[in-house]
Amino acid sequence: MKRPEPVQVVKQRRDAALSALVSGVPYIQYLGLTFDRRGDELTGVLPFDEKLIGNPLLPALHGGVTAAFLEATAVITLSWSYLWEDIESGALDFDPSTAPKLPRLPKTVDFSVDYLRSGLPRDAYARARINRSGRRYASVHVEGWQDNRDRLFAQATGHFVMPQRR
Amino acid sequence: MSDPDKLKLARQFIEAIPHSRDLGMKLTEMEDGVAVITMPYDDRLIGDPETGVISGGAVSALMDTCCGAAVMSHPENLGGTATLDLRIDYMRAATPGQAITARATCYHVTRSVAFVRATACDDDSDNPVATATGAFTVEGKR
Repeated sequence: MKRPEPVQVVKQRRDAALSALVSGVPYIQYLGLTFDRRGDELTGVLPFDEKLIGNPLLPALHGGVTAAFLEATAVITLSWSYLWEDIESGALDFDPSTAPKLPRLPKTVDFSVDYLRSGLPRDAYARARINRSGRRYASVHVEGWQDNRDRLFAQATGHFVMPQRR
Repeated sequence: MSDPDKLKLARQFIEAIPHSRDLGMKLTEMEDGVAVITMPYDDRLIGDPETGVISGGAVSALMDTCCGAAVMSHPENLGGTATLDLRIDYMRAATPGQAITARATCYHVTRSVAFVRATACDDDSDNPVATATGAFTVEGKR
């Protein structure tokens, strides 16, 4: 039987893949969005920043920021799940020193956001669930919350066209 | 108040929204339930580094701002507004280097809800980049 890989090797490979995926998108960097990883589960984290405000009187997060945050979480989670096997097998190289060519991201076809309560001037979190992912299309649901996991401030559903394997 | 004054006030209001200001959005039209806002091309907003195409999220932010402005400009809405629901359809990638202009129309208002649709185009104004439909809150009425 093959011996399991040392835990550091596994973690290092997964974290390098995630970091390459996320740092490759300027808009994700602009929003300040990061991802927490537990095994294959991702949580999008959007640290609060003044530039994300849409209503200075309340103050509240901009509805467009909420939409962008949920959409980016959906796209990264979808890519992550689609690349998972290749990351695990080592078929995809994410070593930054070799300047790897990153896989294409899924394309958003439509995205529908449900605003449940106003986004407070605090950090926000989001997790995506892939309802269906085929060879060409995928349907993803995302939930966003702030202080309490079961008090969502927004949720969304989107459809995506999957990148073609190259 | 004359129309140019009203537009100037509306422009100041929209351009004072921190996120909209940060994205460089400029309001060019806002009257009777119609609003037009332009967002310049910016490297920070790229969603696909290989092609330089603007991220869908940035287009969402433009659509949301523009739809909100259309609601605020409707004569039957007296106060501010908040998004209840916004759906965006992405028809094609925006051409890198070109500004994106959104035009939103608030086509129906009830005591509590405003219905809006919007179209976003780059320089090729015959082929929209994205369309949106949304429902927004109506304030200042009981």
